[in-house]
Amino acid sequence: MLTISLSQFLIVAAILFTLGVAGIVLNHKNIIIVLMSVELILLSVNINLVAFSAFLGDLTGQVFALFILTVAAAEAAIGLAILVCYYRNRGSIAIDDINMMKG
Amino acid sequence: MFGFGILSCIVFLPLAGAAFILALRGNDEATLQNARRAALGTTLIVFLLSLYAYARFDPSSSAFQFVEEKGWLGNGLIYKMGVDGISLPFLLLTTFLMPVCILASWKSIQNRVKEYFVAFLVLETLMTGVFCSLDLVLFYLFFEGSLIPMFLIIGIWGGQRRVYASFKFFLYTFAGSVLMLLAIMAMYGVAGTTDIVTLLQTHFPSSMQKWLWLAFFASLAVKTPMWPVHTWLPDAHVEAPTAGSVILAGVLLKMGGYGFIRFSLPMFPEASAYFAPLVFALSIIAIIYTSLVALVQEDMKKLIAYSSVAHMGFVTMGLFSMTAQGVQGAVFLMISHGLVSGALFLCVGVIYDRMHTRDIAAYGGLVFRMPLYATVFMIFTLANVGLPGTSGFIGEFLSLLGAFRVNSWVAFLATTGTILSAAYALYLYRRIIFGVLDKPSLASILDLSWREATQFAPLVALTLFYGVYPSPVLNASAASINALLKGYDTALAVTKTAALAFH
Amino acid sequence: MYAAIVFLPLLGFLIAGPFGWRIGARPSEIVTTSLLFVSGALSWIVFFQVALGTAPASVSVIGNWFTSGALQVDWSLRIDTLTAVMLVVVTTVSSLVHLYSIGYMRDDPSRPRFFSYLSMFTFAMLMLVTADNLVQMFFGWEGVGLASYLLIGFWYEKPSANAAAIKAFVVNRVGDFGFALGIFLVFVLTQSVGFGQIFAAAPGLANKTIHIFGLDLDAMTITCLLLFMGAMGKSAQFLLHTWLPDAMEGPTPVSALIHAATMVTAGVFMVARLSPLFEQAPAALSFVTIIGATTAFFAATIGLVQNDIKRVIAYSTCSQLGYMFVGLGVGGYSLGVFHLFTHAFFKALLFLGAGAVIDAMHHEQDMRNMGGLWRKIPFTFAMMTIGTLALTGFPFTAGYFSKDAIIEAAFASTRGGAFYGFLLTTLAAGLTSFYSWRLVFLTFFGAPRWAAAGHGAGHDLAAHDHAAHDHEAHEHQVHDHEDHGHEGHALDPHESPFSMLIPLGVLAVGALFAGLIFSHDFIGEGGPEFWKGALYLRPDNHILEAREDIPGFAKQLPTLLMVVGFLVAVLFYFLAPSLPGRLARGAKPLYEFLLNKWYFDELYDAIFVRPAFSLGRLFWKGGDGAIIDRLGPDGVAARVVDVTGRVVKLQSGYIYHYAFAMLVGLAAVITWYVASGVR
Repeated sequence: MLTISLSQFLIVAAILFTLGVAGIVLNHKNIIIVLMSVELILLSVNINLVAFSAFLGDLTGQVFALFILTVAAAEAAIGLAILVCYYRNRGSIAIDDINMMKG
Repeated sequence: MFGFGILSCIVFLPLAGAAFILALRGNDEATLQNARRAALGTTLIVFLLSLYAYARFDPSSSAFQFVEEKGWLGNGLIYKMGVDGISLPFLLLTTFLMPVCILASWKSIQNRVKEYFVAFLVLETLMTGVFCSLDLVLFYLFFEGSLIPMFLIIGIWGGQRRVYASFKFFLYTFAGSVLMLLAIMAMYGVAGTTDIVTLLQTHFPSSMQKWLWLAFFASLAVKTPMWPVHTWLPDAHVEAPTAGSVILAGVLLKMGGYGFIRFSLPMFPEASAYFAPLVFALSIIAIIYTSLVALVQEDMKKLIAYSSVAHMGFVTMGLFSMTAQGVQGAVFLMISHGLVSGALFLCVGVIYDRMHTRDIAAYGGLVFRMPLYATVFMIFTLANVGLPGTSGFIGEFLSLLGAFRVNSWVAFLATTGTILSAAYALYLYRRIIFGVLDKPSLASILDLSWREATQFAPLVALTLFYGVYPSPVLNASAASINALLKGYDTALAVTKTAALAFH
Repeated sequence: MYAAIVFLPLLGFLIAGPFGWRIGARPSEIVTTSLLFVSGALSWIVFFQVALGTAPASVSVIGNWFTSGALQVDWSLRIDTLTAVMLVVVTTVSSLVHLYSIGYMRDDPSRPRFFSYLSMFTFAMLMLVTADNLVQMFFGWEGVGLASYLLIGFWYEKPSANAAAIKAFVVNRVGDFGFALGIFLVFVLTQSVGFGQIFAAAPGLANKTIHIFGLDLDAMTITCLLLFMGAMGKSAQFLLHTWLPDAMEGPTPVSALIHAATMVTAGVFMVARLSPLFEQAPAALSFVTIIGATTAFFAATIGLVQNDIKRVIAYSTCSQLGYMFVGLGVGGYSLGVFHLFTHAFFKALLFLGAGAVIDAMHHEQDMRNMGGLWRKIPFTFAMMTIGTLALTGFPFTAGYFSKDAIIEAAFASTRGGAFYGFLLTTLAAGLTSFYSWRLVFLTFFGAPRWAAAGHGAGHDLAAHDHAAHDHEAHEHQVHDHEDHGHEGHALDPHESPFSMLIPLGVLAVGALFAGLIFSHDFIGEGGPEFWKGALYLRPDNHILEAREDIPGFAKQLPTLLMVVGFLVAVLFYFLAPSLPGRLARGAKPLYEFLLNKWYFDELYDAIFVRPAFSLGRLFWKGGDGAIIDRLGPDGVAARVVDVTGRVVKLQSGYIYHYAFAMLVGLAAVITWYVASGVR
């Protein structure tokens, strides 16, 4: 039967992570995509956590993974809420319009 | 006295006065008048206290007197006060000029009056602290601290380009001082203390002396100011209010010269001898260059500021001649210049208050309306020129004589400065005071008021008195300077014999 | 008593100066003048006691001035024959000038100021001559310079007076520059500035060399040359003479007192006082001779063509000072001092006489607008004639004894430059005679041109063809005159008040008889016991004896040239009045050259004054502005702004830029961590 080794899990996680980072850096359109990319990065970390937990036979990691999912959901909700507010104020959530942090 | 010494009293009494003025509430004329009176009273008391110290001072001893010592910041950093024959004249000069400055600001300062006098009193604390402190860190604290009130005085109560001038002043002087701080740390590293008395006995290695000397030089040369780091001075003077200019020329510049005598010469004798040619060169350039520049100025204050730079050139030249005449002459010249240039700025202030312009071309023929003013101005102009019989002569003569003993070319070139100073000073005088009074704006200008006459009277008296009888200053400093020179000669003799043994 | 002589004038100054406006003009005049007369009377007593009598020379110390290391400077009064002579000259002329000024300045509103300045000058001059050390001498030296500055610029509303005052002060400062360096050098050589110690040390320093200014020079020579530079400035010698003619902007009594009789002779006094030093420096003495002779001749040539009555006398003064220096330079110090003594009388007389003429002419100074005055002011005319006779060396007047003695000594001397001195002083004697008589003829004889010329107006009518082609210079002079609101009234020359005539009379007596009476003591056999060692002569200096034994032609030559000069003047201004004009046109370049005073003012303006100003401007705008400030604070500030301007662009405000930067940073850190090996 097909066994999936630890390294394969890690590779998937790394790919997801890289995709997330690329999503943040390369995306110039919509800030929601940034938010989603952040979720992707979080997810990749979660996969790592679960993979190591299974590999080491320690359930604590999987428990924490559940916690992280919860917190991530809350965080995404807050992020979206901010975005909504922002959209109401400025009428756009295109990334190129958000540059008020420049010196 | 009151559980602490007279020097602490002199230094910190102005702070009490400042606190009192800060506590005054309201902005009506009566309150402001109270603030002025409080400031005048405080400075007068401080002056009397310093006179008392002078009376009790023993001029025959070269040791530090009225010494106070208290623990302060951990190991080696102490609160230590004391004066010797070199610092006492400067202390007296400072406390003497302060009441004059307060009087000079009586009417001419109209906004933020209380804050102005607070700044001045704080400044007095810091200036007197510089001359009294016997701990290097304490000295540095006062030395740097004095920048802040002056920065505020120029920046808030100054003229048109006050912000530019105050920043230039601050950055110039501060940049130099940072290096001095490094040197102080290095000295602490060697000696394990920042007590000046101990440091004076410490022998620093030759190679280290050069670096330390340069670091101190960076700070002191800016303060003095020496060419080519003098350009902050004309701007600062031009923009500062009259009393600010008086203090700047009268006291702040003297801190540079004082620093050379207190630190560079006795603590780094070998480096001083090594770098003396550099100092001579810069001094001569300063004398000739700035005298020529003064000749073509169109702004009265700028002219006097450039003349100050030239005179401080005489001072540094005299100091580094390391002869009894040179050093004594330099000290005397600093005191005299403090009186004379301060008085000249007051003279400018008098007509500036009336006409609100410093442009020389706006004046002419003032002698017809202001004979008393013309007389006073003439006396100080002549003292600035160094006419025998005024205090300016003694200092210039002695410092030139000292320089001549060391290097005839230096004295030769520097003496040309006396020709140029006559030219620019009399040329200024002619354009302002003499000639026909044909400018309509001047037609109703008034002569000195009683208050102005009062502020000039002691200056005139001292300038003439010291010209005929300079002994009070010369005698007070003689013992200390002799000790300084003796130490210097011994230090150099040691290195010389070592060098001979080496080859 | 000595102190009284010196400090009574100071008292007068302190009363008339600060309080003059309160006590009023008349009391100020009376106080200062009477104090001066007391001082003058005491001086004569001292003169009789110390110089003619047997009272010993003395030094009294008043107090310490300043002490620094080995340098000790006292306030002191040194009274010996030389001082006594100077005291007499100074206080006599000064008191007479005070008296004269009461009349001359009678319409001036600032009389208290004037009299206080005069008294201050006298005080400073007395401090100078009684000094027992170089520094006190320097005090007096600069003090008289200050008084001169104040008095030249007395009428401060006149730009020309102000300019002349500054010029006088600054040029004197150039001389003082040398003087100061000389003092320094003396101190280095002898560890003292007191005359006693210096003179004692001087013989030991002869022929010693000193390393100075990068050269090995003879110590005494360089010392004396530096000190002499001071004398050149104060005594208006060649190269530093330019201030003296301009100083005529001051009121005429000032010219008589300061710029003829006393202050300008301070240089002569100084060299005489320092004779123990100069005796050890033959090369310096030769230099003194050459400068003196050059001045004597060159000033006389300029005097030939000037039209301002005061300027003629000023150049004459300059020239006569040259004579004095020739006398000193050939080693005959007493000759120089004797000429100083007699010159004080006749030159003060000439100046005060000129003042009386100017007063009579309502402040007209141009001789071309005078003429025929002898009928109007006969007394002044007589006095001026006496002064002229004495100046030109008419037999048995004062100048005959003193001036001719100098020329003889120059002939007899074997020192370097002595023959040059003889040649030029002899020539100058002829020129002196010519310009002096020219002055008298133009002023007092001929047709009265003031009637036609009016006053100040219509000067181009000036009949004298002399005027025709130098119209510009003439214009200039007219504007500079001492015009004080006399414009407009009909000109009727009048004799001056008695307060002005009495001094003239007294000085005339001196001018006639001073030579006759005193030549035996000053320069004759009575010399040694008269001077009593106040003037030092080296044992090998026999100039005073040698002077007696010169051939007859050399003795008579100056007198002969004096007669020739007189005859030429008669020819030019009596017999053929058109001749000077034709001559001037014929030799126009020379005439212009002389009229413009050898172009010294223009030269100095071009090589000193204007370069100083343009250098100043260059240093200010170029040095301070363009280099120091631009590279220093302003430059640094500007660069900081530039750099931050660029750095600020990195901060775009886009999140993904920041994230990317973080990523790069992270990658870099990890790379470095991995590359350096995991520990």
